[in-house]
Amino acid sequence: MAVPVRKFDAVIVGAGGAGLRAALQLSEAGLKTAVLSKVFPTRSHTVAAQGGVSASLGNSEPDHWHWHMYDTVKGSDWLGDQDAIEFMCREAPNVVVELEHFGMPFDRNADGTIYQRPFGGHMSNFGEKPVRRACAAADRTGHAMLHALYQRNVRANTQFFVEWMALDLVRDEQGNVQGVVAMEMETSEVYVFQAKATLFATGGAGRIFASSTNAFINTGDGLGMAARAGIPLEDMEFWQFHPTGVAGAGVLITEGVRGEGGILRNSAGERFMERYAPNAKDLASRDVVSRAMVTEINEGRGCGPNKDHVLLDITHLDPEVIKSKLPGIREISIKFAGVDPIKAPIPVVPTCHYQMGGIPTNYRGEVVVHDQVVSGFYAAGEVACASVHGANRLGTNSLLDLLVFGKSSGNSMIEFIKAAPKDLPPLATADVDRSLARVARLDGQQNGTPVETARAAMQRTMQNHCGVFRFKDMLKEGVEKILEVESMVKTIEIADKSKTFNTARLEALELENLIEVAKATMISAEARTESRGAHVRDDAADTPEHPNGRDDQNWLKHTLWFRDANRLEYKPVNLKPLTVETIALKTRSY
Amino acid sequence: MDEIELKRIVWRSRRGLLELDLQLERFVAEALPQLSEADLLLYRELLQLPDNDLLDYLNGRSECPNVRLAPMIARIRDAQR
Ligand SMILES: Cc1cc2nc3c(=O)[nH]c(=O)nc-3n(C[C@H](O)[C@H](O)[C@H](O)COP(=O)(O)OP(=O)(O)OC[C@H]3O[C@@H](n4cnc5c(N)ncnc54)[C@H](O)[C@@H]3O)c2cc1C
Repeated sequence: MAVPVRKFDAVIVGAGGAGLRAALQLSEAGLKTAVLSKVFPTRSHTVAAQGGVSASLGNSEPDHWHWHMYDTVKGSDWLGDQDAIEFMCREAPNVVVELEHFGMPFDRNADGTIYQRPFGGHMSNFGEKPVRRACAAADRTGHAMLHALYQRNVRANTQFFVEWMALDLVRDEQGNVQGVVAMEMETSEVYVFQAKATLFATGGAGRIFASSTNAFINTGDGLGMAARAGIPLEDMEFWQFHPTGVAGAGVLITEGVRGEGGILRNSAGERFMERYAPNAKDLASRDVVSRAMVTEINEGRGCGPNKDHVLLDITHLDPEVIKSKLPGIREISIKFAGVDPIKAPIPVVPTCHYQMGGIPTNYRGEVVVHDQVVSGFYAAGEVACASVHGANRLGTNSLLDLLVFGKSSGNSMIEFIKAAPKDLPPLATADVDRSLARVARLDGQQNGTPVETARAAMQRTMQNHCGVFRFKDMLKEGVEKILEVESMVKTIEIADKSKTFNTARLEALELENLIEVAKATMISAEARTESRGAHVRDDAADTPEHPNGRDDQNWLKHTLWFRDANRLEYKPVNLKPLTVETIALKTRSY
Repeated sequence: MDEIELKRIVWRSRRGLLELDLQLERFVAEALPQLSEADLLLYRELLQLPDNDLLDYLNGRSECPNVRLAPMIARIRDAQR
């Protein structure tokens, strides 16, 4: 079937921090650059980031990129690639100052330099003592970043295609990437965006879990598209969780609530943390609390009709304290849990926050499979795995990742485009046809599964079987269940088949991406029989031989999941930085 | 308001912040069908606000400087009870 083709030097899917940073690089180099986004750029999920972006500027006290690098390697539980981490930490001061010049309104010191605040995991002198490294713009860092980058892109003549959804990657017979198939939401018309270089900057896929802090748009489209095109997904078993999100909604309840005296209870009303952490109790560290909560739920002591959450009780606190010290919490609880915490406890559950894995790239943003660069294909931001976050991301390193790898992938694309033949090659149509068939299947499906049913089944399965704390048998069962859900997804059906802004169709297409991420996550997690960073298993316990359950002898390697037959492969972690010495393996303890 | 515009509004109720998604989803499902033409135009205008501002108004953390939008903000807040 003939599909209209639009031609560019570069096409970028995603207008969050990573996509905008890359686009700027390309447009300012005078290249014809298209950016596609499901939503208006400044409403990308990057807008949610409040905490800040890290860089060893040393504005408040001495700091060094090498210390930042050490913290990042340690945070990653040594699964991060040390070349990429060195690159990121060295580049950090440059990209942050550059952003300042783009008009980012950073908080400032009296002397006019960027103000820096302390943040968990940021240390000076190789783990010695906390250092102030986070740069922020009030509590709107992500918003300000998007705004500054968007304005600058408009000036540089980046062409935005807003309310367009990329559907599939287009590769030729040799596997070279030629662009994407995309749908215009207003008309449901399908086009090909052909380009010399294609970048995925589509963000994370937190919506695979029932409880997630991610906005609804975070459906891992880039991961789904890559997987369908034969590109493996790296380290997908690693997801960061927060212990207390409102059950069923995902909105975070700050840890300050437990600080003010909040108590966690199970279905029997028992203060169960007394059993898990007799001294610290409810104030134990994140992972201890998360693990205890999941164990309670798993052993049948969860609350609610589905016994799938626990309760955070602050009814014993003085209502005045709640109103004055925790005002936002009362509002959140009333709105999203339907309970006034002065009168009744808040249902909470560990909640997914950030995806460490993604499309395998090197620090130049080039997608790499089997040690070979996939010609014409790049990825940056949360969708990519460079890998700088390894098994666990350090707070504020994600916004940094967007800036550094957005820029470096932009530069790699410029080089590639300039060396490419002037005219675009003939378009290979096999992938285009496959994509059209996918849309046609959806429109023609009868007696199928409703999208909500399949999505809920996926989210429940991921939450229960592959959450913050994992059990061998549950994972095994989870693999079977997620494959059953996959067969449901193959027959999803939409009632509304209209053409204009058909949200139902878009959600169905998104679910086809989410399920790829869910499978990758479950299958990779089941296979990795150690605990490392955010992947914590009951059967890989803390022993003197394997502190924290980490097994470097067998598992110091990256997972690669291929959609084809759910095959797993592994590749070594790059322990060799660019210029400094390897940061040697150590037990990760804080 | 025509069908296309209405559906565009539904899609644009998808935001970058989860807390907005949840509140607007509820509002769209429960209240949108009953809105008058004038109110639909107001809601459409409200959707132009930056996410952080809109959330602050809905959470009562600050007042929307555009007083014309105040009744619509109140309606969305009401839909959350
Ligand atoms: C509540 C919260 C707070 C956070 N706070 C911080 C923090 O303080 N510091 C920090 O470093 N990190 C933080 N993070 C993490 C960080 O915000 C994200 O990792 C980061 O913003 C992701 O940016 P991105 O550019 O990769 O993708 P996003 O900002 O998610 O953008 C993705 C883009 O891709 C587009 N897109 C997706 N699919 C398609 C498709 N099929 N077709 C067309 N377009 C598509 C979207 O429209 C969007 O424009 C936080 C995360 C959360 C959830």
